[in-house]
Amino acid sequence: MPASGISLYIHWPFCASKCPYCDFNSHVADSVDHHRWRRGLLAELGYFANETKGRQLTSIFFGGGTPSLMEPETTAALIEAAKTHWQPVDGLEITLEANPSTAETKRFQAFRDAGVNRLSLGVQSFRDSYLGFLGRGHSAAEAMDAIRLAAATFSRFSFDLIYGLPGQTADDFGQDLDQALQLARGHLSVYQLTIEPGTAFHRDAVVAANEDTGAEMYEMCQQRLTVAGMPAYEVSNHAGPGKECRHNLEIWRGGDYVGVGPGAHGHVTGNAGTDSIYQIHQPERWLAAVEAKKHGTAKRQALTPDERAEEILMTGLRLTEGVNQDQFRALTGLELGDRLDPGGLEKMVEGGFLVSDDVGVRVTTTGRLCLNEVLRQLLVA
Amino acid sequence: MSTDLSHIRNFSIVAHIDHGKSTLADRLIQMCGGLTDREMSEQVLDSMELERERGITIKAQTVRLKYKAADGETYQLNLMDTPGHVDFTYEVSRSLAACEGSVLMVDATQGVEAQTLANAYLAINADHEIVPVLNKIDLAAAEPDRIKKQIEEVVGLDVSEALEISAKTGLGVDSVLEALVTHLPAPTGDADAALKALLVDSWYDSYLGVMILVRIKDGVLKKGAKIRMMASGATYQVEKVGYFAPKPVDVSELGPGEIGFITAAIKTVADTQVGDTITEDKRPADEALPGFKPSVPVVFCGLFPVDAGQFEDLRDSLAKLHLNDASFHFDTESSAALGLGFRCGFLGLLHLEIIQQRLEREFDLDLITTAPSVVYKIHTNAGDVKELHNPVDMPDPTHIDFIEEPWINATIIVPDEYLGAVLTLCTDRRGAQTELTYVGSRAMVQYRLPLNEVVIDFYDRLKSVSRGYASFDYELAAYAEGDLVKVSILVNGELVDALSFIVHASHAETRGRAICDKLKDLVPRQLFKIAIQAAIGGNIIARSTVSAMRKDVTAKCYGGDVSRKRKLLDKQKKGKKKMRQFGNVEIPQSAFLEALKTDG
Ligand SMILES: Nc1nc2c(ncn2[C@@H]2O[C@H](COP(=O)(O)OP(=O)(O)OP(=O)(O)O)[C@@H](O)[C@H]2O)c(=O)[nH]1
Ligand SMILES: C[S@@+](CC[C@H](N)C(=O)[O-])C[C@H]1O[C@@H](n2cnc3c(N)ncnc32)[C@H](O)[C@@H]1O
Ligand code: SF4
Ligand SMILES: [Mg+2]
Repeated sequence: MPASGISLYIHWPFCASKCPYCDFNSHVADSVDHHRWRRGLLAELGYFANETKGRQLTSIFFGGGTPSLMEPETTAALIEAAKTHWQPVDGLEITLEANPSTAETKRFQAFRDAGVNRLSLGVQSFRDSYLGFLGRGHSAAEAMDAIRLAAATFSRFSFDLIYGLPGQTADDFGQDLDQALQLARGHLSVYQLTIEPGTAFHRDAVVAANEDTGAEMYEMCQQRLTVAGMPAYEVSNHAGPGKECRHNLEIWRGGDYVGVGPGAHGHVTGNAGTDSIYQIHQPERWLAAVEAKKHGTAKRQALTPDERAEEILMTGLRLTEGVNQDQFRALTGLELGDRLDPGGLEKMVEGGFLVSDDVGVRVTTTGRLCLNEVLRQLLVA
Repeated sequence: MSTDLSHIRNFSIVAHIDHGKSTLADRLIQMCGGLTDREMSEQVLDSMELERERGITIKAQTVRLKYKAADGETYQLNLMDTPGHVDFTYEVSRSLAACEGSVLMVDATQGVEAQTLANAYLAINADHEIVPVLNKIDLAAAEPDRIKKQIEEVVGLDVSEALEISAKTGLGVDSVLEALVTHLPAPTGDADAALKALLVDSWYDSYLGVMILVRIKDGVLKKGAKIRMMASGATYQVEKVGYFAPKPVDVSELGPGEIGFITAAIKTVADTQVGDTITEDKRPADEALPGFKPSVPVVFCGLFPVDAGQFEDLRDSLAKLHLNDASFHFDTESSAALGLGFRCGFLGLLHLEIIQQRLEREFDLDLITTAPSVVYKIHTNAGDVKELHNPVDMPDPTHIDFIEEPWINATIIVPDEYLGAVLTLCTDRRGAQTELTYVGSRAMVQYRLPLNEVVIDFYDRLKSVSRGYASFDYELAAYAEGDLVKVSILVNGELVDALSFIVHASHAETRGRAICDKLKDLVPRQLFKIAIQAAIGGNIIARSTVSAMRKDVTAKCYGGDVSRKRKLLDKQKKGKKKMRQFGNVEIPQSAFLEALKTDG
């Protein structure tokens, strides 16, 4: 079922230092050959564009790693190329992830000139002791300066917070939220700290907040951000009306996207169905592959309609709007009702975890907190 | 030709666990040239993998030795190495019935222990001539004189001619061989009389099929003869006759006093009844030998495959093990919590553990074992008596007149300083002290104890309260009426049959609470809160609650994460088989498994 719109994700795998909690595909390199990388990213972009010719480009997202460490010329070249390969929608959203350290804030203007119109800042906290614990290279003051500069430079911006640090109380987190509410303009991402395998925190057996504290902080956050006019539109993402990150929203709804760069992931629908595409993780190996054959795909897998349906439910139910049954049918060719375990569905609706009506299914606030279990009930028949 | 009676000596080596029986057997085999040094290994007769690994004897073994004595004559010595552990007392009794004498070994550093006594009495009751041997005198801590006095006082044996040896170094082992010849009586028997052979043991050998160990009392058992089993009346043609040296050696016949094996195209071990008398079909004996009391399983538990798909494999494996060990019983059992499995009976907890381990190792099965229980006798109002092997099958209390439970006579030998703790333990377990005496500086207490209190965790508790210094032996006594109740465990109001247990009313609440608390920590939180209850009939005696899950959502989910999550979902689908439904919650089987494990 070829969809018309397509989003573009571009991965920049380098960071100034590795944060101890982070399991993203991010690496600290002694030096980066920006010319080679620019050529490599452009080549892979061209490769995928060729495959998806004629589609409408709905958004661009530069993620990382730390894409604000990219040379703005690279960003500009990639945006230019994307706009020529595909037909961009009006007001094309172009997001760039950035870190608040001064080296990067100095380039905000250059990124705007390159075409970036939305900035996503990794603030994490407004308390220096937490920032130190999280291994961040910036202070609270620098974070606030970066936010103010982003507000002045870009028409839209967002920033990330992390809560549930060891020893952190709901009150402590509440203070971070106070600061955040003063500075936010319509969008905020708030993540509970997860100890991911393979990270320094995991190795050091750091113990994050337990389930009850996490739930308490989450509920407080929901309540306060809703009052402030930025309710959750996804598990960890909050926005005022119309201020959502279009790029992520489309991906969570099950839209197509091209993933360019090491470890990037894409979903591309052709006549034969949807392929899940994975690029080579390791930056140097990815670059070598692209230089040899124009793309660094490690694995490409056709999704069965069932798998596709499961993925759409897994991401769609993260959204407050839930899964729309017409859209679901359009994307998978399957009936939403047929894909859900009847016993599980009944149990979830009766328990107040889920709403099911003629529009589709969506979780309640309680249901969203326990989404993994709700999904298990609906999908593991 | 069979050996002249006067030149045969048959003996068992008996002792407490680890006092050195199998090591002495090694030395005797070596000195009589049964095996070359290269073929020799430590405890060479312990051939099962588990025996070697645990360093214990499970199965009695027989070896024929050729010994040239000081008198210049050559003797045939038939040695039977026996297990020391109480669960295998039955093996000891059978061996004793095939011999005229015993070597009673006592570790000279430890002295008389519970199984020393038990096995010495078995030998005395079998009218055996006994050669007391003090072992391990190579050790600095050995006190042969003090231990000799113990043997005299506690066991009542004359120790004036007791031997002092080291089975490990070989010191004094020659004196054992001489004592066997001079102190033990030669067997008696009449070669011309009708054949009378005691069926001592039988097992399945993958090359030779069913093998039978026999002790000839009268007559001659010849290759090719047609034999008759006196109990079953079945007849067979003898194919092979031989003895173990310890490798099998074929001969043409076995005569009176001799011990050896035969094969006779017998299909299964079940066709041979241990203790039966074998005679010749054409000239049968008038009267059978006294035989043995059959062994009875006393400990029962359920064995279930973790993976329901392995049920048939489990059945086949049990059947195979049963070929070599007819002393355990098994019957299919179906449980709502654990699926299809088997109710199995064993001679004791070690026996249970051994069979379970063999199933897991030799047959590669993953098993769940339910809490061990004993055989109750249910007297119904209608006046009949039912044996209850499984708490699940207990009839409604309104149909029950009274229940009887098995009691044991236990002997515990323990250093004085731990006596208080041991007495407290026995009293907590409803024990009644019957005797308290001293073995040197150690106390020897006799207790009457309900077996169901022993099969829970008595050994572990005894070991920990005595720092491992207590030795324990028991024999089954009688059944007695008890105030017994069935405690059921309910999850969200539904019965978890595999966790039901029968317990004395005075302990019901404590045990019920313990299980509820344990399950509370084992059952993962779910969307709905879960009530766990222990009940006697409709009466709730303990409860706990697993509070509802509050948050389990993954914080971030981008691009490739989805596929990872889908794989997790696939795993959950597979794991679904291992989930059991209780009302609106599903509980992983592993929670029950853990609950049972720590209970056992
Ligand atoms: N120092 C010393 N150790 C000995 C002697 N005899 C046996 N042992 C050790 O004591 C331990 C137990 O010996 P086994 O021969 O297996 O004892 P067992 O009586 O057959 O034991 P079960 O069959 O389990 O009842 C082994 O570690 C032997 O090496 C001895 O004379 N001196
Ligand atoms: C790719 S990172 C952001 C990019 C940028 N390099 C930065 O760190 O600011 C996206 C966000 O995910 C969140 N994040 C990363 N690892 C996390 C973890 N283990 N637990 C919770 N949130 C995490 C952080 O808030 C981070 O800003
Ligand atoms: S959190 Fe951001 S800056 Fe830190 S290592 Fe990960 S991608 Fe790099
Ligand atoms: Mg042994």
